[in-house]
Amino acid sequence: MEAESLILFFIAGLVLVGGGILASQLLAPKLKNKTKEDAYECGIPTEGAAWMQFKSGYYLFAILFLIFEIETVFVFLWALTMKTLGMLAFIEILIFFFILGIGLLYAWKKGALKWD
Amino acid sequence: MKILSIYDFSNLTQAIHTWLSGKMSVVSTQVVEMILVGTVFLLFFAVLGLVLVYAERKVCAIIQVRLGPMRVGKWGTAQTLADFIKLVFKEPLITRDADKFLFNLAPFIIIIASFMAVAVMPFAKGLQAMDFDIGLFYISAVSSIGVTSILIAGWASNSKYSLIGAIRSGAQILSYELSAGLSLLTIVILTGSLQLSEIVESQADGWWIWKGHVSSIIAFVIFIIAGTAETNRGPFDMAEAESELTAGFHTEYSGIKFAFFFLAEYVNMFIIAAIGATVFFGGWMPLHVGNFEAFNNIMDYIPSVVWFFMKVSAIIFLMMWFRWTFPRLRIDQLLTLEWKYLLPLSLMNILLMAFLSLMGWHF
Repeated sequence: MEAESLILFFIAGLVLVGGGILASQLLAPKLKNKTKEDAYECGIPTEGAAWMQFKSGYYLFAILFLIFEIETVFVFLWALTMKTLGMLAFIEILIFFFILGIGLLYAWKKGALKWD
Repeated sequence: MKILSIYDFSNLTQAIHTWLSGKMSVVSTQVVEMILVGTVFLLFFAVLGLVLVYAERKVCAIIQVRLGPMRVGKWGTAQTLADFIKLVFKEPLITRDADKFLFNLAPFIIIIASFMAVAVMPFAKGLQAMDFDIGLFYISAVSSIGVTSILIAGWASNSKYSLIGAIRSGAQILSYELSAGLSLLTIVILTGSLQLSEIVESQADGWWIWKGHVSSIIAFVIFIIAGTAETNRGPFDMAEAESELTAGFHTEYSGIKFAFFFLAEYVNMFIIAAIGATVFFGGWMPLHVGNFEAFNNIMDYIPSVVWFFMKVSAIIFLMMWFRWTFPRLRIDQLLTLEWKYLLPLSLMNILLMAFLSLMGWHF
């Protein structure tokens, strides 16, 4: 099968979820009730909205992830050709990881990996 | 090798193809085959969910010295089916302040993402719906779409528990994806290919976990830790830490939509186990011990599809064992483990493997 058949799996996934939700719409009871629509908060009345400012620590990790994920994309290509290129590829990855390691150490020393 | 060909599924698929081609035109053959494949995968997906949920409850029960589900069907085997039917009949609630469109979209994304990842799994020789030359890359790309669904679900619910759960799980999955990807790349250095069928073929004379010495064992340990974290399972289940966040990102989901999140968790566990089995344990390759001919021949008689599922079940059991024996980590411990230990370790490990491969010190 060719790559186009990915569409098939996409549609199959749609059918699975869509069918399930449709079946539930037809079969499940629908009883309107004001308190039912409240967001859950351990039984007490809901206080305020949940969409608010959030701890910035998560954001730092997201940025770090971005850097390393892009690096992983490069390593994918390197890993494929490592065997054929031999010594050259090994020295290149040493330099690459050295720079990357300095980056990680910098983030570490700056306290980006600390949680407080 | 001769015996292996008995279980070659490409004969079966070829036979179906020729039979259909004889009956109808090219286009309708294509359509019928597509519907056939789609149906088979849908059924497989559903059965997988039912079996894994049952298995988890039984494993948990055994570890906690209980019996687990026993009432519905023999030994409670029909329990998950009954649960599923119950969930279909439950009222799907949407909170008043929720973003209704995104709220309904999230289950679609998570199921489609895991469905598309299952599509490339090499179940047995010739039994693989799609065989990309960038297979491993494709899987890591598709399986990381799931996290957007978790973030969307948590955000759209407009509930504090959901939001905290979703953001935590976002940070966690993003972080552990790095180690999971890098540990797989350690093996890619040896295979020189990302195509899943080629990775399996390259292990005909021994699995990579043995052939790559200590480096592949380290890679496997990192992979299984990162994989458990990526599927949001205990001890890394920060996203749905029951005792503090009720149900985490799917607190506000009920009925069938909740069932889909639940299903996706188990299918993702299967995906991680299947990748682990394919890359480290030879996929559907039978176990061979050196030149022990008699033993090797007996092993060849076991069909390749059975080998695949045996390896996958073993890894899944390991992940269940983790969940029911380790205490849950705190979010800062979780991130420390990844960024200060696993990530530097997996970078070092890649260098080690590159060195081994350079020196020719692997088999």
